[in-house]
Amino acid sequence: MWTWFHKLASPPHFYRIAGLVTPWFAWPALVLILVGLYGGLVLAPMDYQQGEGFRIFYVHVPSAIMSMFIYSTMAIAAGIGLIWRMKLAHAVAAASAPIGAWFTVCALATGSLWGKPMWGTWWVWDARLTSELILLFLYLGFIALRSSIEDPQRADRAAAVLALVGVINLPIIHYSVVWWNSLHQGSTMFNPGAMSIEMKWPALAMLFGFMLYFGAVLFVRLRAEVIRRERSATWLREELAR
Amino acid sequence: MRQTGLLHAGALLYARDLKLAFRRWEQVTQPVVFFLMVTTLFPLALSPDTAQLREVAAGVVWVAALLSALLALEFMFRSDYEDGTLEQLVLSGQPLWWLSLVKAAAHWTVSGLPLVVASPLVAVSLAVPAEAQWTVIVSLALGTGILSFLGAVGAGLTLGVRRGSVLLSLLVLPLTMPALIFGARAVDMAIMGDSPRGPLLLLAAMFIMSLTLGPFATSAALKVSME
Repeated sequence: MWTWFHKLASPPHFYRIAGLVTPWFAWPALVLILVGLYGGLVLAPMDYQQGEGFRIFYVHVPSAIMSMFIYSTMAIAAGIGLIWRMKLAHAVAAASAPIGAWFTVCALATGSLWGKPMWGTWWVWDARLTSELILLFLYLGFIALRSSIEDPQRADRAAAVLALVGVINLPIIHYSVVWWNSLHQGSTMFNPGAMSIEMKWPALAMLFGFMLYFGAVLFVRLRAEVIRRERSATWLREELAR
Repeated sequence: MRQTGLLHAGALLYARDLKLAFRRWEQVTQPVVFFLMVTTLFPLALSPDTAQLREVAAGVVWVAALLSALLALEFMFRSDYEDGTLEQLVLSGQPLWWLSLVKAAAHWTVSGLPLVVASPLVAVSLAVPAEAQWTVIVSLALGTGILSFLGAVGAGLTLGVRRGSVLLSLLVLPLTMPALIFGARAVDMAIMGDSPRGPLLLLAAMFIMSLTLGPFATSAALKVSME
């Protein structure tokens, strides 16, 4: 187990493995997202209260879930990197941050588009929207801290400390904001009985599609990161020459 | 190996930090002056009407205090980092979390406490009734404390970073938003004549959490910045 683990962490080995698995993530992601979009936009029955407008849900909710899922992935990877001094884990955290930030932007943008017909305004200072916005700030802080420290190892470890502090604070931020003001409807996704199965499956397909998409992009970014860090290594030159 | 006890070392460091701060008096006074000036801007921009000012007073006092305390945060470790004192502290054999706790506490004494002392003045100028004064003082004391202990992590991480002050606010402000929510809510409730007990207790809980967990994160951040 451990030798396998160490082997995976070695850059040449990882570079090859990542190249092999990327299509296995990318293609199912594409299929699931297309199926989910078709199911959500065309097949799913119209909501009796919100009409056609509710269909943005199929992008909004999976993006919002992903934005939090990626932050926790990032924090776990950062913790592993900090404790076991594993460079690959730091690279995972670094590569996840921009993807997570974009999912957060997607969730905010679709939430605002949805808010216009439902609540009558583009933006309301609602609890979930606000905590999503603060999450975006946390992502931006992480990215900014990494990019402003030149030494890559120092940047890795400093950003890891920040990610851990952020992940401890995230529940506090979330609940304080909920207490402050909540207008957002409760979670329908995980509330049994709130949604019929033909409404729910496209959302689940979208969620898994997004997760696989995250995996695919993560591996592509990690390969780029390996190339950047190992740019003077001979194995890389041989690998790229092939 | 350790010759000085924890408490003694802490007291020495605290006294040293205070002495240094009072030798550079303007560093202590600047945040307070900033605090007073920012709160002067609001009546000018909104309206001198007392009832209207009272409505926004809680938010204004809290946002202004938070920004003023943030100004001083950058200097928590800066001069010690530049003249090598911080390196000696890391190497001193004393636990670094304890030293970071003492340094954050000393920093609060010279940057947070003056704001708390000045806050009744600001509150009166914003037409906050006398009954709510204690809530302003207590909530700001807890809030600036949270900012010092939580902000110490950010100050440690941004040491030796170009244009660190903007980055520092980007890192620290999202983390202090819960404190802002509860602090401003407590003051607002007191102005309305309600008991501000609930939000104050939550604020106190957050203070205790940042006091107990913050120093460990700060020492990790300092070690990263010093290597």
